[in-house]
Amino acid sequence: MDIPSLTVARVREGLLARRFSAAELAAEALRYAQAENPKTNAYLHFSPERALAAAKRVDEQIARGQDPGPLAGVPVAVKDVILTKGVRTTCGSKLLAHYVPPYDATAVVRLEQAGGVIIGKTNCDEFAMGSSTENSAFGPVRNPVAPDRVPGGSSGGSAAAVAQGTAVVALGSDTGGSIRQPASFCGVVGVTPTYGRVSRYGLTAFASSLDHIGPFSRSVKDSATLLGVIAGRDPRDSTSADAPVPDYTALLDGNVKGLKLGLPREYLKELMSETGDLISRGVDTLRSLGCQVREISLPSTDYAIACYYIICTAEASSNLARYDGVRYTFRSEMSDTLSDMYRNTRGEGFGAECKRRIMLGTYVLSAGYYDAYYLKAQRVRALIARDFANAFQEVDAIVAPVSPFPAFKLGEKVDDPLAMYLSDIYTITGDLAGIPCMSVPCGTTAGGLPVGMQILTRHFDETTMFRLADAFEQAQRG
Amino acid sequence: MKITEQEVRYVAGLANLKLTDAEVARFQADLDGILEHIGKLNEIDTSNVEPMAQVLYDAEDTATLRADAPAPTLGGQAALANAPQPGAGYFKVPKVIER
Repeated sequence: MDIPSLTVARVREGLLARRFSAAELAAEALRYAQAENPKTNAYLHFSPERALAAAKRVDEQIARGQDPGPLAGVPVAVKDVILTKGVRTTCGSKLLAHYVPPYDATAVVRLEQAGGVIIGKTNCDEFAMGSSTENSAFGPVRNPVAPDRVPGGSSGGSAAAVAQGTAVVALGSDTGGSIRQPASFCGVVGVTPTYGRVSRYGLTAFASSLDHIGPFSRSVKDSATLLGVIAGRDPRDSTSADAPVPDYTALLDGNVKGLKLGLPREYLKELMSETGDLISRGVDTLRSLGCQVREISLPSTDYAIACYYIICTAEASSNLARYDGVRYTFRSEMSDTLSDMYRNTRGEGFGAECKRRIMLGTYVLSAGYYDAYYLKAQRVRALIARDFANAFQEVDAIVAPVSPFPAFKLGEKVDDPLAMYLSDIYTITGDLAGIPCMSVPCGTTAGGLPVGMQILTRHFDETTMFRLADAFEQAQRG
Repeated sequence: MKITEQEVRYVAGLANLKLTDAEVARFQADLDGILEHIGKLNEIDTSNVEPMAQVLYDAEDTATLRADAPAPTLGGQAALANAPQPGAGYFKVPKVIER
């Protein structure tokens, strides 16, 4: 069984033709992922018992002649910020090194109900804060395409697992680009759905107004299948949207003729690089498919980084207040009083980037600064969202870069947090506006590094995004 | 400087975060650079813009409210399972008040 060549459709076909059972596939996928993991450190731990139990359910359904579901038998990797009942969930943090959740995230429940088989939990920046996965307390992830380089972040482990071929699809989370940027760096598809499209129940909170769960895969179709499974209203997340979920894969017809696409001039003006050339060539491909391309303007773009790093750190400082040594496994040993215990636990438990963001978030929310920073950022956020709303009066989709550069070397940027933040410029705007956006592979640099192209569409119009990405992918494969 | 060492220590106190002297120096420099960049927001006029707290969609005010019906909860044992120091059905902590 050639695990890296599997797709959702091939797994289904193999199961229904009885070429292999789901249990055999799960065992083989686990063996393969464990053998390959030392090369990348993509997985923090594996979940063999849970995987084999899920696979057995699929085999029983097939034996009874029932439909085993759209993800039947598919090996799935799940980012370790998404809760899995009875399976350790560390968030890449020393604080939660031994945390075993008492419940499942809704996305996890839904993907298992659809027949998905979770083989393990993937490495990530601590509490999803970072753009390189170097902020994990359990060591960085290596990019499977170029092992001396980062896989991007924060969902670097999920991107690497899919790129390496140890999982067919994976779940990640995106707050400022944490799905799209690693997808771009590793040469896979990564999708950030509309805010509220997928329930956040069981996603460890980082910045609640910006957090999303979304899929990784090696083809657009497989991401469309996975999103179709996990999307939809969940009474356990009051921000999850009660909007109908279309059958995305049925709508991938390859015909994008006449679709109006916008190229934001603010995103391309400084992109005089190989990345820019590849995006331009990608746009040419879209033109050749019959899309009408025009330049558009997103005038508030210059303010997006400042806006984002106020809002996300403010929300993070509140959300991370719960890690106080009382409820979540880790407590500093050497404290005589309660307040010392809080301070020591957090001082010893959090890594540098989490501390930096807690500090910034606490500062911008502190007395006397709230209006100048947080409230101001919320107003700027409204302008950024308005930019997109205006653009979508004219165009059906926006095409843009994902990152200003391809995967960088391990250690190259760890000492300059601001430079790391600035590199998120093309991805954070989609999160601030809450619109669907994804990265689709659009070629490699002369040095062989993958570059992703970003597609953004209107709220809840994942269909147009998937149709465009799928047509593009078919054209790329020629 | 946008932020002083004293402010860094004050904010660390608000956040219940014990920092070493080296961390205080590091974060002072880091936050200073980040706040300098954030100062950019003052260039933009937002006097007539409503703050956006959440990505909102057209929906009735009550659309996200669930029925007020009892449902099973996690239960004490599961809730305490990850406690560093559980005891007698409670989370135990170091003493709060000196006697």
